[in-house]
Amino acid sequence: MRVSIDSDSDVVAARQKGRELASQCGFPSTDTAVVATAISELARNIVRYAVRGEITLRLVQNNGKRGIEVVASDDGPGIPDIGLAMQDGYSTSGGLGLGLPGTRRLMDDFEITSDFGKGTVVTVRRWRR
Amino acid sequence: MQVPILKQGAYLIATVQSALTDEDLKQLRDTLVMQVSKVRARAVIVDVTALDVIDSFATRTLRDVAHMIRLRGAETVIVGIQPEVAFSMVKLGLSLEGVTTSLDLEEGLAYLDRKGKAHDQEVRTHR
Amino acid sequence: MNGNQDVATATQGRLETTASRMRELVAHLRHQRAHLREEWARLITEAKLLTAMTREELFAEATSVYDNYVEALETGTYEALQAYARNLSERIIPRGVETHEVVGIVLLLRDVLARSLFATYHEDFNKLNRMLDAYEPAANRIAATVAVGFVQERERIIREQQEAIRELSTPVLQVRERLLILPIIGVIDPQRARQLTEQLLRGIRTNRAKVVVLDITGVPYIDSPVANHLVQTVEAARLLGAIVIVTGLSPEIAQTLVNIGVDLGKMNTVGDLQGGIEEAERLLGYKVVLMQEPVAHSA
Repeated sequence: MRVSIDSDSDVVAARQKGRELASQCGFPSTDTAVVATAISELARNIVRYAVRGEITLRLVQNNGKRGIEVVASDDGPGIPDIGLAMQDGYSTSGGLGLGLPGTRRLMDDFEITSDFGKGTVVTVRRWRR
Repeated sequence: MQVPILKQGAYLIATVQSALTDEDLKQLRDTLVMQVSKVRARAVIVDVTALDVIDSFATRTLRDVAHMIRLRGAETVIVGIQPEVAFSMVKLGLSLEGVTTSLDLEEGLAYLDRKGKAHDQEVRTHR
Repeated sequence: MNGNQDVATATQGRLETTASRMRELVAHLRHQRAHLREEWARLITEAKLLTAMTREELFAEATSVYDNYVEALETGTYEALQAYARNLSERIIPRGVETHEVVGIVLLLRDVLARSLFATYHEDFNKLNRMLDAYEPAANRIAATVAVGFVQERERIIREQQEAIRELSTPVLQVRERLLILPIIGVIDPQRARQLTEQLLRGIRTNRAKVVVLDITGVPYIDSPVANHLVQTVEAARLLGAIVIVTGLSPEIAQTLVNIGVDLGKMNTVGDLQGGIEEAERLLGYKVVLMQEPVAHSA
């Protein structure tokens, strides 16, 4: 399931979809809220820093465990120093920062690739216990 | 998406009806700050029962609302945060520190009334 | 003459695709449906499998399984079969049907159908081989799909039961209006911690609690992740307008909390449950009144 992120309202749409998908996957309400919140953070980054990108949602399986995967990708300016960006409180625009460390706390798996000038891809997953 | 704001006595009550975009949140913040001065409200209650996600931006905006309204001499109470939402917020590392929160509108009003009475008592004693 | 015929048959074999063989196979199985299904049901009864079911039930389920089996062969996709397997498992597991029975009947069906192929094509050895080549991998995949579906469903049910047991072992007690007590006993693993949070937060909402006393006297130790989780739970409770008082904090657990950076001064802790309840009542505005007149001192 793909949601293209161009504007504010797409952020809301993306997290509704995420919530629905998580709910279909059988996640309890605590988890669906967590997933929706993570999507919100990632989607906002796209709107703020990259203008355009997309969020891909899908159900995944691993050794009988079921989970949901969110991939946020954009063609934005990229993050030059990922280590720095992953620190709490770091921000280039005077705001709350990219919310990346927070998003990592919310989800079970967290992967990020980003190159200066080449865009960013963040992949996160949450598994059903 | 307009958030309806009602005046109840000396309080302003803003009830969020559905998911808010970042723009909606900013608009709500600005409207509340303006209204507080205009009607000389003693406090503002923001009912977020309908919000299924409160992320870093929403949290920051709510904190800003409380801060700006305090500068105008009024108090802010956030009510109706859902259990799952509260947990996500905390897990994300957000805090609404310095902002009063209550379970729901009823509790929020009760808190403000109590505080109001105590305040009035204090004022009277000092006369 | 014979030589030419052999060449013709060989060419024909190469031109035949697996898909067309499958179609022929499926048509054959549909055509023989009634007969093969009965044969299979008979074998199941003979092998004393699915004894928990009545003859009618057995036959009805056998029909469903047969049709789903053939459909999986026809479409080459297994999602519908997987869904059916889980659905079937959901129904029969409470009846006491075991894994070996389910695997047993699927293998029996596989054999019944294979033998039917033998019976039909035994005169044309090459054709038989080609049919089996098409049939066998699919049949094995079907058997695996059904078995896995059954086991997954079983595991899901066990998890649900564990969850229910955990819930029972973490009672949420409302002792007074607006006051909840959560006595925890035993070790808190991550799963239990999560459940605790859910029950606590939901309890606050349902009972409109303003104060929650979380008693961990009965908890010997907790590790850092669980400690972290508890701290987050206390914070989340505040967002719901409630105060959490933690009682029964052992020195070990206090140390763990300090180690993860918790400022115990900021956390509401009281030594024991009794003290915690009194503190809670104080916070709620209850006054404790002495019922006895104090003894007067002589001047």
